[in-house]
Amino acid sequence: MIRINALNKKYGTLQALSSVDVEIEPGRITAVLGPNGAGKTTLIKSILGLVKPDSGTITVDGIHVNGESRYREMIGYMPQLARYPENLTVTEIVDMIRDIRKSASKSEGRSASTRKDAPDSIKNTGQKGALAEKDAGRPQNNGQSASAPEPAHDDTPDFELWERFGLESEKDKPFRTLSGGNRQKVSAVLAFLFRPKVLFLDEPTTGLDPVSSSFLKDKILAERDRGTTIILTSHIMSEVQELAEQVVYLLDGKIYFERSVAGLLEETGQSTLERAIAVKLGRQPEVTAETGETP
Amino acid sequence: MILKILKYQLRDVFRSRWIIAYVLFFLVLTDVLFRFGGDGLRVATSMMNIILIVIPLASIILGAFYLYNAREYIELLLCHPVKRHQLFWGMFLGLALPLVAAFAGGVMLPYFYNAASAEAWKSALMLVFTGSMLTVIFVALAYYLALRFDDRIKGLGLALVICLFFTIIYDGLILFVIYMFSSYPLEKPVLVLSLLNPIDLGRILLLLQFDISALMGLTGAVFREFFGTPLGMGISVASLLAWLAVPITAGFRRFLVKDF
Repeated sequence: MIRINALNKKYGTLQALSSVDVEIEPGRITAVLGPNGAGKTTLIKSILGLVKPDSGTITVDGIHVNGESRYREMIGYMPQLARYPENLTVTEIVDMIRDIRKSASKSEGRSASTRKDAPDSIKNTGQKGALAEKDAGRPQNNGQSASAPEPAHDDTPDFELWERFGLESEKDKPFRTLSGGNRQKVSAVLAFLFRPKVLFLDEPTTGLDPVSSSFLKDKILAERDRGTTIILTSHIMSEVQELAEQVVYLLDGKIYFERSVAGLLEETGQSTLERAIAVKLGRQPEVTAETGETP
Repeated sequence: MILKILKYQLRDVFRSRWIIAYVLFFLVLTDVLFRFGGDGLRVATSMMNIILIVIPLASIILGAFYLYNAREYIELLLCHPVKRHQLFWGMFLGLALPLVAAFAGGVMLPYFYNAASAEAWKSALMLVFTGSMLTVIFVALAYYLALRFDDRIKGLGLALVICLFFTIIYDGLILFVIYMFSSYPLEKPVLVLSLLNPIDLGRILLLLQFDISALMGLTGAVFREFFGTPLGMGISVASLLAWLAVPITAGFRRFLVKDF
């Protein structure tokens, strides 16, 4: 789905990424992890076209990323910190993004599909059952999801999260008056709105209350089952373990390792991803002895 | 696409408090000057001295602040199928147009309800033209600085320095040059020097239009003959346009290759 070849990026003298090669497979959740300043953000921003790499190539679904904007039609992005124009209401922000998407697909000569205006259709209710089923089998099903189906072609916007987050009551408030959690919710709704083929989620559950956070996780898994490729970053390892199948670990701008979550746990003989990564890095924390937990 | 971005941009800006304050500032000031018994012409002359200081300062500071605040928003939009050049024009016009409209509206409204003469209107329009040019020039400078420096303290500081340089320090330097080389024929060098400052250019254009050489600042005083001719007028307008084109182009190019 996403293929990165010999990617290099320097900021002044700082080598943010050095000859990074990654291939992200379709229909899976891949977590990009690494300590602060390891190049996670630079990597993601390069794929999104926000950062222009010095050398190397990136292709998303076969399309080269170099100043081209069309491939972003199939991308949804939820940033770590969302800021929209302060004085626009939530409804206006959603309308704006839809307007922009519509006018982009029009100017590319594609037929602008008729999209429904009211967030009245909950499309994915039928998937909840399937989701629970799949959930039970995780994380052992890592290898199987490679044969995930292509995302169904569906042009109606996806307002499921809007409904579940209860944003209806916030829709006429200006963005500047929203709380951090509600901003995050708006941002999540917008990321999922266009049923993207590739989703980038940067610390998606930061600032969300437990209920909303689990709604969002359900949604992420449901999207995965629909065949969406998802790239996730998070500092919460339990969350990564819960969601992701594949881990790409960056260290000093290089890929340190790239493994499946199950494989990592098996190799290191740990039960949690956090411990597994610590062992893998050869820096098993001494805390284990203090807390009395058996590693 | 540019229009789409612009539409929401304008909605956002026109609802913000500072733009309302900006309109009120010019409205109240012009109104008060009318009440103090000035006719339209005198009001325009007084306003000239104020806008030549206030507009560059307000435009460059608001411009830089605005772009720094819109940073995350720009990143977000760039993740949608938006082309960078479209977004740049949307963002640029989205701030420059409201500022121009606020200034022009605030200044012209008192002329309407005071039923100013045709002569006064002429000077008011000249004032609005120069003020609008300065607004766009300094917003462009601000955008360039904000795109060039990721550190907002640096960017804003430099914006202030540039603004002070053109409003105060530059004239001081010219005075200094005139004083130091007073025994040489200085017409041409000082002429060139004043073309290099957009605020001086605006002042010269306005003073010639208002036909009040008594108020002529030192920068322009020697060159009444030159700038009075059609050629001189043409050159000063041309260099004002160059002042417009250079920072916009620089900012635009920066925007196309920038790492967000």
